[in-house]
Amino acid sequence: MTTSSSAQVIPLHRDGGGPGRGQAPRPDRDAPVVLFPGGSAGTGPAAEQDRLGRLLTFLAHRLTGDFTVDEFGFDPELTETVVLPPLRLLYDRWFRVETHGVENLPLDGGALLVCNHSGVLPLDSVMTALAVHDNHPYHRHLRMLGADLVFKTPLLGTLARKSGQTLACAPDAERLLGAGELVGVWPEGFKGVGKPFSSRYRLQRFGRGGFVSAALRTGVPIVPVSIVGAEEIYPKLGDLKPLARLLGLPYFPVTPFFPLLGPLGAVPLPTKWHIEFGEPLPTDAYDPEAHEDPMLVFNLTDQVREAIQQMLYRRLSQRRSVFKG
Amino acid sequence: MPSNIVLVTGVAGELGGRLLTRLGNNPDLERVIGVDTSPPREEVLRRIGHAEFVRADIRNPLIAKIISTARVDTVVHASTTCHPAGPGRRMAIKEVNVIGTMRLLAACQRSPLVRKLVVKSTAAVYGASSRSPAVFTEDSELIPASSNGYAKDAVEMEGYVRGLARRRPDITVTTARLVNLIGPDVDTVLSRYFAMPVVPTVFGYDARLQLVHSSDALAVLEQATLHDRPGVFNVGGDGVLTLSQAIRRAGRVELPVARAMMPSVSRLLRGARVVDFSSDQVRLLNFGRVVDNTRLKKVFGYIPRWTTQDAFDDYVQGRGLRPVVDGQRLAGLATAVDGWRAKL
Repeated sequence: MTTSSSAQVIPLHRDGGGPGRGQAPRPDRDAPVVLFPGGSAGTGPAAEQDRLGRLLTFLAHRLTGDFTVDEFGFDPELTETVVLPPLRLLYDRWFRVETHGVENLPLDGGALLVCNHSGVLPLDSVMTALAVHDNHPYHRHLRMLGADLVFKTPLLGTLARKSGQTLACAPDAERLLGAGELVGVWPEGFKGVGKPFSSRYRLQRFGRGGFVSAALRTGVPIVPVSIVGAEEIYPKLGDLKPLARLLGLPYFPVTPFFPLLGPLGAVPLPTKWHIEFGEPLPTDAYDPEAHEDPMLVFNLTDQVREAIQQMLYRRLSQRRSVFKG
Repeated sequence: MPSNIVLVTGVAGELGGRLLTRLGNNPDLERVIGVDTSPPREEVLRRIGHAEFVRADIRNPLIAKIISTARVDTVVHASTTCHPAGPGRRMAIKEVNVIGTMRLLAACQRSPLVRKLVVKSTAAVYGASSRSPAVFTEDSELIPASSNGYAKDAVEMEGYVRGLARRRPDITVTTARLVNLIGPDVDTVLSRYFAMPVVPTVFGYDARLQLVHSSDALAVLEQATLHDRPGVFNVGGDGVLTLSQAIRRAGRVELPVARAMMPSVSRLLRGARVVDFSSDQVRLLNFGRVVDNTRLKKVFGYIPRWTTQDAFDDYVQGRGLRPVVDGQRLAGLATAVDGWRAKL
């Protein structure tokens, strides 16, 4: 792939040596002042004022079918106008997400973001996507890789495709990375998102390391990401396995409030979140056949997993309260 | 060595007939023979040039005789139909698709003069499911969406073609996997589908569609016939339309139908002889299918002139489809509101 040279990570902020280690959290919105028309007109004060105008333009485009989707079905206009704003409320008001180490995200070119998964419902993935979009100077979209269950489900599957997600499989991952996109993976999968409350912040097995081979093949850096706060939004105490089997779900969670309080129990607890983007791990130094070496792939997988686990522990040791951070 | 004597099967079909007129008007070719069980359409016969039409069934041993006596050196197999536009008899189509191909390939193998084979296949061989990759390359696994549909025929047919290529390595084999064909004057399943005022879709799914304009598909088949382009190639336009987007561009009304109800709807449409809505087709409307056309551009050397969106718009305009819901006017309203607001 051609991106190996452009995959070098250029730090955005030259101040304060290390990436967000123990220093005061950066203000969330220091990015939109940069005048780059290439970025999407998602946030920013000017756009806020003309929200109604944008909504009408959006409506006009919808009525005539005058918009473009990419080959994965990603519809940036829909994502920015309809999908992200309600999530932004959740992001700002409910979880009060703080991001650290945004400068570790490459300005352009592909990168693979590897994150810890938790929370019964994969809210952590959508919050991470929003964190990347709103904090990156160019407002890049995070293209996430999801399980096939997502794409099998009516409505959800369509929404997932339209908001830029695709099936977690090697061809799709390599295609996105080769095209220079930021790709997000949650290699723990269902094992991670559905783990019991007792094993919170303990990383599960990282799949079969397919994500590392994809990064090696395309020569893009791997950015470890730790998400703190998401693991407590639904404290999963039990699992109704027969019901899950009946509904074709990987698990059916029992939390202190669900299914006891019904739909009210499905409201996530307002924990305070921290999303930290760690230091990228370059993969372009390996020879092109490196992905054929399972030992190397396993070692890199463990290295990434270890990096995320360390970031989690560090962040947790600084946290004083689950709800206040 | 350039082609000289060309045999085209399936000339009563959409692409086959057009290809016959193109080749028939090419002075470099010594002889062009079109074969099918029914004669080509009127406009094809009018512009046929020096091409000839022979009424023959490719399932009949007669085909071998034609190939050997006419000293055919290039065979273009364009008679397979994966997406029959109108309701047809399933078994009859399968007969032509599979048994016809076997017979034709047997005849090709026997004739030492045959040097080139061009096969029109379909991108439906990749299938469509929630487990499929978003974009299929030529090396993707072939998993037809249903075990007894037309796509399965195409997979079997390609298997026989590979068998021939193995047994006769001296034959240049080109396989073109075409995505759904569209254009102002072609009659395909999608051209009938979008012509309905109310378009049934699968509730909760919005498939990605990739289309190829009929002129591009024709150009690919023609180039493969005239030049040597061995290999398998995906043939599709650039870009993607979602199903709902296409429906709005055509000004149709979308009618989401629960997935469980879809077989009844397709039976109804078949019964009314409107459009043949096979199970493969329903799967396509569920998950959609996009293929990578890089190999077509880089190796084959053909850049599709129509993007998916342009091809679809050309179809809508060329067909003169009157919008049922005028999206443009509604959109105009939205823009007008925006204008007033700006003045205030």
